[in-house]
Formats: sequence, structure tokens, C-alpha cells
Amino acid sequence: MIKAKNDMSVADPSQITQRSGLAILGKILVSMRAFIALFLLLGYFAIINDSFLTQSNLVILTKQVAINAILGIGMTFVILTGGIDLSVGSIVGLAGMVAGALINEGLILEIFGIVVYFNVWIIIAITLIVGMFIGLANGVIITRFNVAPFIATLGMLYVARGLALLSANGATFPNLVGSPELGNTGFPELGAGSLLGLPYSVWIMIFLTILAVFIARKTPFGRQVYAIGGNERAAQLSGVRVKRITLLTYVISGFCSAMVGLIIASQLVAAHPATGETFELNAIAAVVLGGTSLAGGRGTVFGTIIGAFVIGVLRNGMVLEGLSSFLQIIITGVVIILAVVIDQLQVRLQQR
Amino acid sequence: MSENIIARAEQITKVYPGTVALNKVDFNIYEGKVNVLIGENGAGKSTLMKILAGVEQATSGRIILKGQEIKPRNPRDAEELGIGIIYQELNLFPNLNVSENIFISHERTVGGLVIDHRSQENKAKELLKRLEQPINPKTLVSNLRIGQQQIVEIAKVLALEVQILIMDEPTSALSNAEVEVLFRVIRELKAQGVSIVYISHKLEELMQIGDYITILRDGNLIAEAPMEGIDLKWIVDNMVGRDASKIYEPAAHDIGKVILSVRNLTLPAPHGKDNILDDVSLDLREGEIVGLYGLMGAGRTELFECLMGLHPYYATEMTLDGKKLRSHVVSNRIEQGIMLVPEDRQREGLVQTLSIHDNMILASLQRYLARLLSLNTKKEKDAVGQYVHDLSIKLSNTRNLISSLSGGNQQKVVVGKALLTNPRVLLMDEPTRGIDVGAKEEIFNIMVQLAQQGLGILFVSTELKEVLAISDRIVVMSKGRVIREFNRDEATEQALVEASAVGHGVDVAQ
Repeated sequence: MIKAKNDMSVADPSQITQRSGLAILGKILVSMRAFIALFLLLGYFAIINDSFLTQSNLVILTKQVAINAILGIGMTFVILTGGIDLSVGSIVGLAGMVAGALINEGLILEIFGIVVYFNVWIIIAITLIVGMFIGLANGVIITRFNVAPFIATLGMLYVARGLALLSANGATFPNLVGSPELGNTGFPELGAGSLLGLPYSVWIMIFLTILAVFIARKTPFGRQVYAIGGNERAAQLSGVRVKRITLLTYVISGFCSAMVGLIIASQLVAAHPATGETFELNAIAAVVLGGTSLAGGRGTVFGTIIGAFVIGVLRNGMVLEGLSSFLQIIITGVVIILAVVIDQLQVRLQQR
Repeated sequence: MSENIIARAEQITKVYPGTVALNKVDFNIYEGKVNVLIGENGAGKSTLMKILAGVEQATSGRIILKGQEIKPRNPRDAEELGIGIIYQELNLFPNLNVSENIFISHERTVGGLVIDHRSQENKAKELLKRLEQPINPKTLVSNLRIGQQQIVEIAKVLALEVQILIMDEPTSALSNAEVEVLFRVIRELKAQGVSIVYISHKLEELMQIGDYITILRDGNLIAEAPMEGIDLKWIVDNMVGRDASKIYEPAAHDIGKVILSVRNLTLPAPHGKDNILDDVSLDLREGEIVGLYGLMGAGRTELFECLMGLHPYYATEMTLDGKKLRSHVVSNRIEQGIMLVPEDRQREGLVQTLSIHDNMILASLQRYLARLLSLNTKKEKDAVGQYVHDLSIKLSNTRNLISSLSGGNQQKVVVGKALLTNPRVLLMDEPTRGIDVGAKEEIFNIMVQLAQQGLGILFVSTELKEVLAISDRIVVMSKGRVIREFNRDEATEQALVEASAVGHGVDVAQ
């Protein structure tokens, strides 16, 4: 009896497959659209511009992409739960200032009348913790006080930027080289150094991508993130600790933002409080281009990386071509809208 | 026969990815008659009706209305052609009032711009009067109880003055008295020449209201016949495709020691004066199936939610296997061995964006941890495969989206998810709601099998016959209190109904 039923249900779909092989090919093409777009862009710029495929340009390109991709990784987790994090750009700025202050001025402990200087590793750790702490604050406001993520992180966008400006009264921490007698040299190495021809920032992106893909696909946390975005109530009744998991996604996003703040401050050998403005929008764009649904529950980390590359290649190519930067902005916007339009088409295709 | 067919669907086929929902189905709508459409879940009833109402488009086949082929592209097209539909799920705007809901997208206006609220409210009042519901048209829909909302849904279609009216399970939330009113309205509509298609799982109801009956099974048309001379057995046989025993007789299962014990459970209402749960005490034993019966608002669902740790309740004792259920965290309760199969599959049971596999594994992820906090995919797959087999869930691939399954199979996935947590106590809230006779019996069998394995099962049902059929013991609740407990042999329909009405001030003698 049971067996007969199963046979029937298996037979039906195979009929469909035969009938609509073309449709399935179409679906595969649509689902790989970000990849295809990336290769088309790469091919196009490689043909029309000789300097595009040079090693030096590709290094510059991936360094730019790494910034957006790392932010996008954190943003992907947040968006998968159905949330959004508008504060990432400000955390980037604040993280740079934290690192800058710790290197140039040390930690001033007024009570004891002393100034403590840390070595660079500890400074990096403290900065990352500060970023995670801001993410934690976002998460607490959202999950414990039931504030909409858009509002909570919009508020944090201002607060973190304000803190960044306040930290040096709007000034820059220049020349973050440290000094040998304080034992805090070596910070610029993070932005300038490279391994096997690739800058450290690119290695960090690769490492974080692998880690994030693993977390999203292979850990209970990852599955639960998808479940929360798909149906929060069902997730809760299945024993998913919705608040805790949601909160953690903002901590991840804060961590990624602080990492980017460190990379940029190190690359510039200076920390400027306005660093990272509008970065949140680029990160969201990368996530959306990568096929993640803003409604939550649907999307991939790898898609976000591809999305970041699409944006990066497009900008880099347009710069090489000497396109007006105003025109560049318009084209970037059109590409993002186009991506979402295609995304909606795909959803409709799936429902057929 | 053909002269009184007002509309006809011919050779309708609808293909979804993974399934053929309808396979060359013919369907007649008779002028001024009721054609009842029945079939198990996943038979294609709702899909067929959605095609007639323009919500979905057929893959092939055609629809003839009064001799002309029509192609409704959306519900609006269908309405203009005189076809209206009441959906299975409520489609109301809780933030708008009754008359605004009734006239949504058909607003009566002054000069085409401004809504004529007075005219709308008068008409709404008239419609509600016809349905014998003295609801103020200015009441917000969110303030109505579910049954009243259903009535508003019906009024909404009546306002359209359609020629063909499709009703997809309109009575699922109605009381007996309200069903009577609805039937009277249906007869009135028939007298006015309105043609009606009526879908329901309640067979007695169909026999009562139908002029013709059409039976679908697995997307195929099985039979169509005038209602005269047809009996229940014929319907059930055609529906299920095999002889279904009329009265369910659960297999023997041994009842052991108490596993779940609740004493003096009280849940205060957030704003009101009356407690939602008032001094509830009950025991559940190993291998025991306890039915929880009561009217809407009796507190059955809330009791389950308290047991899962969802509400800030108070209780002098709540233990599982002698261990206190203390922490108000669902995952801890699940770990301790208590698991809920929620009432509303779509809203509470399943994550629509996830696959069958991911849905089933969701509550028991911790069990499949391998090294580095990662999941052991093979172990997961085996566990899911095991329950897909044990529960005989009908599917082509566990990696397909959950929405590719029919209602009954989706319910089995929810049950499978619960069983994968390896519970001691299973709480089942309306486990057979909206599923067909065949699947109901399968769910019953599963419940009995679980009891045989020593699980304690506490389940809620609004269907008396179900409660009586399968329970070892029945607890009747009313207004948040336990009124009486019945053993299997002493419970009768009359006694249950009487106990459930305590405190409602309703005369239940019918």
C-alpha cells in the first residue's frame, strides 16, 4: 500500500522533467545569474581594457571587494533572520578610531594616573570586541525591547558615528605606526602585508567566507537562522532560541564591521572618524545582488561574495574606462534594481 | 441534464513543480443547485476552485460559462463574470472594520472618490442581519471571534451578488447554530438562482446541503452523481478508494505510571479579570491518550503553551518523570521530553522557506552534532528517512520545499519533527484539523502506535467523535477550568457537551 503510493509520486515529477527540460535549464541559468553576470563583466572589461587583467589591478580590485564582502558576510546573517543592520558603516569608523586611539594615545586610566599601551594583537582583539559589543547592543535593543531592526540600527548608526567623532574631537589619528619603546609597532602590516601575492585583507575575506559558509550550512546555528527568517513562530515552537540566535547575528555583523575598520585604518595608516559612511548600503547591495531575500529565510553567504565582486568589478572597470563617477553611481544603482527584478522573476518561476 | 449546467470546467490539468495537482478533470456547476466537492487532502479540490475563481491558471483545459469560454486571469476578472469565492483561510484585514472589509476593493463612493461610509454600513448591517449576526459594522475585525470573522467573510461575497458562489470549507470555524444559518442562506441563494460549489470535510453536512456530489482523488475525477440515493459509505469508499471502517477502534496499549503531572496551573489574563487558565490540575500516564475537549476559549491551546514554557504562568507543581519543568525556555522543555504539534501548521508548525528535511530536523538539530559543532549530514538523513518511512509520508525528495506536500503529509512532517526530538509526552493541538478521512485515520494509528511505545499523548480536538474514538481518558475544560474527567467507557457525546458548556450560560439541550 505505502509502496504503491510512493511509486506514484515518484513517477509524476519525472514526467514533468521530460516535458520541460528547457524550463529547467532556464531555471539553472536564472539561479546562477550572479555568477553569469560576474563572468560577463570580467570578460567585457578584459576585452575592452588591457590594464584590467594585470596583476596590480586585480590586487587593487580584490582589496576593494574584500572590504564590502566582509561587511556583506555579517549582513547576510542579519538579513537571513529578516533583520537589517544599518550601523555597520559607523562601526567601521568607530573601530578605526578605537584602534587609532589605543596605538597613538594608549588607554588612559585616570584613576591610577597611568597610560597603558598594548601590543598590536591585543589592540586588534579589543577593537573586534568593541565591534561585537556594539552589535550586541543592537541585538539587545532589537530582541529584548522589541525595536524594529531598521530603527534600532539606524539609531546605532548615529550613536557609533558620534562616538567616533567624539573620540578625537572630529580629528584624525595619524601615522599609526606605534613606537618600538612602547612595543606597539606593526599595525600597518595588516593593510600592507601580503601572503603568496595576496594582501592579508583578501586572506581574511577568504577565511571568513569559508567560516561563514560552514556556519550557515553545517551548524545548528545556521539552520536556525534560516528557520527564524522563514517563520519565527514555528522556529520558536521548535525550540529555537529565537532571541539569542537573532542577537548573535548582530554580534557577527559587529565583528565583521570592526574587522573592516581595522583593515582600512591599517591600509591608510590613519584613523579618520568619517570612514565607512554609506558602507552599510554597499553591504546591503552586495547581499541583495547575491540573491538573499530581504524578507529573510532565503539566500546564501556565497551569493553575497559574488554580489560584492559584481559591484567591485563594475566599479573598477568603470574607473579604468574613465567613466564619470556620477555616471558610475547611476549604473551601480541600475544594476542593483535589475538584480532584484530578476530575483522576483525567479521567485515567480519557482512557484509555477 | 445539460440545460441546467451554467458553467463547466473541461479537462482541467494543473501541474506544479513535483506534482500533478489536477489531471484532466471535468467539473459541472448546476444552475441554482449546490454541487458539493469532496476528496482527501491533496486531491485537488482547492486548486480546482482557485482555477475557477481566477486565482490560479490551469496548465491546460478550458472553462465554459454559459456556452462561452472564459479565461479569468485574476479574482477580479472572475468576479466580473459573476464568480465569487470564500477561501478556506480567512482573508480579512484585522485593522479595518467590518463594513470596510465587506466592501474592500468594491467601495461604495460619492463621486467616485470619497467612500460613502453610511451606505456601506447600512448594506453591511442588512447582510449581517440576513446571516443572523448582530455585529456592528463599525467593529474592528480583530475584535471579532473567529466564527464571526467567518460570517463577515461570507457577507463579503454576498455583497458581490455573484451568480456562482464557491465556498471552500466555510464552516470550519462555525458553531452548529451558525452552520444552520449558513445553510438557510444557501437555500435562499439557490432559490434566487445562484449556483453554489461547496467544499467541506464534514460528510454529514454535505449530505444535508448538496444536490450533486463530485469526488476527486489524487487529482483525478472519480465520480459525479446526484445526491439522491447516495449514502455515506459510497462517499467514503470513493474518496478513500478502499473500505474505511466507520468507527475507529484503537489497538490495545498498556497504561503505566504517571509521567506528566500538573497541579494548580494558573495563567492570568494580560488585561482582563478572568484567568485564562484557572487552577488546572491533570495527570498523564505512560502509554495513555488523553483527549482535551472544550469550546473555543476553554484554554486548551494556552494549556499546551504553558506546558511548553511559553507563558508566565503559576503552578504549584509541573513535573515530567518526577523532574520539575521549571525553565521558561521551549528548548529546555523539549530536551526534558515534552513536545508540541501546534494547531496551525502554516503559521506555527512549518517554515515555508525550508525543505521537508530541514523542517523535520529543526527541533532536534542538537542530536546530530559531529566534530567542530557541525552537523552530521548522514545521521540527519537517516533519521529523516526513518520517519518518512514510518509515517509513510508521500514525497518525491526530502530536499523539496515543504510547500510541495499536501496538507495531510505536511501534518505528518510536523509530527515527524516532534518525534525526532524523542519526546516522552506529545502535545497535539487539533492534529487532524483540515485533513481528510484517510489521513485522519493514519494520524490516529500513529498516535496509538506511539502510546504502545509508552509515550503519553495529550491531544485537543473540537470534534467530539474523534475525542470519543481515540481517548483513554477525556478531560473537559471550560473557561480555563477543568470541569470533569471521563474514563473511556463512561464518556458520551451528551455528557461531554454538557460539561464543556459549564459557565457559558448556554442551554445545550438541543
